[in-house]
Amino acid sequence: MSRRVLMEGSCAMAEGAIQAGCRFYAGYPITPSTEILEYMATRLPQVGGVCMNAESEIEAIGMVWGAAGCGVRAMTASTGQGISLMQESFAELANAQIPIVAVNMCRGQGDYFQATRGGGHGDYRFIVLAPSSAQEAVDLIQQAFHLADKWRNPVMVMGDFLLAHTSELVEFHTPDEPPLPPKTWATTGAKDRPSLTLSPLGPAEKLSTNLAASLAAVTQKHPAIKAAEVRVDTGWTDDADLVVVAFGFPGRFAKYAVRLAREQGLRVGYIRPISLWPFPAEAVAAAAERAKALAVFELNAGQMIEDVQLAALGRVPIHAIGGISHDHSGFGVGPALTVDNVLARIRDLCPRAAA
Amino acid sequence: MTESLAPTPSMRKVFDKPELLLNTEHSLCPGCGEPIALRLMLELIHELGLRERTICVAGIGCYTAFPMIMDIDVLQALHGRAPSVATGVKRVRPDAFVFTMQGDGDMVSEGLQEVLHSAARGERITAIVLNNGVFGETGGHATATTVIGQHTKTTPGGRSREQHGNPIKISELIAQLDGSAYVARAAVHTPASIKLTRQYLHDAFQCQLEGRGLSFVEILTMCPTDWFVAPDQGPAWLEENLKQAYPLGVIKSV
Repeated sequence: MSRRVLMEGSCAMAEGAIQAGCRFYAGYPITPSTEILEYMATRLPQVGGVCMNAESEIEAIGMVWGAAGCGVRAMTASTGQGISLMQESFAELANAQIPIVAVNMCRGQGDYFQATRGGGHGDYRFIVLAPSSAQEAVDLIQQAFHLADKWRNPVMVMGDFLLAHTSELVEFHTPDEPPLPPKTWATTGAKDRPSLTLSPLGPAEKLSTNLAASLAAVTQKHPAIKAAEVRVDTGWTDDADLVVVAFGFPGRFAKYAVRLAREQGLRVGYIRPISLWPFPAEAVAAAAERAKALAVFELNAGQMIEDVQLAALGRVPIHAIGGISHDHSGFGVGPALTVDNVLARIRDLCPRAAA
Repeated sequence: MTESLAPTPSMRKVFDKPELLLNTEHSLCPGCGEPIALRLMLELIHELGLRERTICVAGIGCYTAFPMIMDIDVLQALHGRAPSVATGVKRVRPDAFVFTMQGDGDMVSEGLQEVLHSAARGERITAIVLNNGVFGETGGHATATTVIGQHTKTTPGGRSREQHGNPIKISELIAQLDGSAYVARAAVHTPASIKLTRQYLHDAFQCQLEGRGLSFVEILTMCPTDWFVAPDQGPAWLEENLKQAYPLGVIKSV
């Protein structure tokens, strides 16, 4: 029987990754992701794994590429700036269908586009999961390794400064995922099987040059991932005049503000996308059918709001109630992230929603 | 009747396609030196019985046409990134035989930091650079190893120290770092140099198998297409230009 322990989100995620079978980590220190690297440096060798303090983010993702290419569950973490440096490899890891897990401990929420659109080239997609608590982060990072292997596609878990540095009670469950096929695509040496190539530039089979087919195989997975892997947390949307959409740790603030608004008699609901890609478009579309307005609370200049608009298809007005908000540190815990602020913005909109 | 001096014809086969080469056709230019280097690598892997535990990490350049005809596992890396990818491979599979194959543009221009750090860490891999002093695949542009005076499309009047800076002697740079255990520079422009390249590659592979540190072989290769000379002039051009800037030999063995 597992027990609950008090851990910072970063350490909880790192431990969750190890318990999900992660045996290789490479990273470059950068606030607020550094504690994952520190934790891995101590813990991974204890379980027979390897942690590399890489000389750059570009080398970190390269090392992860090598380990994952050999079939080992491998992970890196950084923040948006460092994640920017990894984008070329991200795009080609997806094209080579090499499963890796990348954590972005964002500064604020300005990396939504980077995560869901990608800064790399080509038609690739990352599965992106955005936990709002340490417990959810543990659960999602364990799912992330499974999803990466299941779909042979990289998975990103998006946290932030608050998730990384807030200590919360967490419980580690033994991941109970269905078995996956053996990684016959991994480069492990051509023993008892034909030699193979693992490449973003073409097929695994030797003497084959069909690049178009191998790239098509990557994107042909996307509709199936969209159909199978949407994760969303919703509440009070059935009779809501106004539905607030928010993700990640700030999504938790928004959810609480909605609860307080309900207690004050306002007909407000919430949608908290847990998977940012695939985006829970159906939940947003359903809300747009019933509610009089949607509001998006995100700590950036307006990024997820575009996915909300795409899902709502112009049925209702959509209001941005977040915005860029930083403290002097630049790590993204700005004055806009208070329940009082979110509640005030909800109250501002409610008369209009009810009208 | 005097005894005949006619030689007895020998039926010994003196040359054949390497066992680990799947197809003798390739898309590289006439006179290119890279297929010769590939042949030596594959012959040695076969002879040393390493095929089943070999993982090659390939870079991006003309030689990126090779992985699909190499009968060994190949992990394709991005331009410049083979050393970090090979690091990940070797760290999770320490018993694997891991070698990287990059060009001078890939290793010395784009990815210099990667190979230097891998050498400093003493990664137990063999790093091979095919140095022809030019970006061959893009059609003849200057790299960090383009020699002084060399005409490329981006050094139209010839590379000058003042305008373009100095070429990098990558082998000497690697040899300075404590983690490198074996460093040699070879060439494939004459039968004698090819034989020596084979020896250097053998010793570099042996260095990895003994776990002594990073082993490194720089192989000067002909690129007549982007040296803008006739295919049969490649070896002479290499001798007179590339080899003068980059002397051959074992630079370090510890």
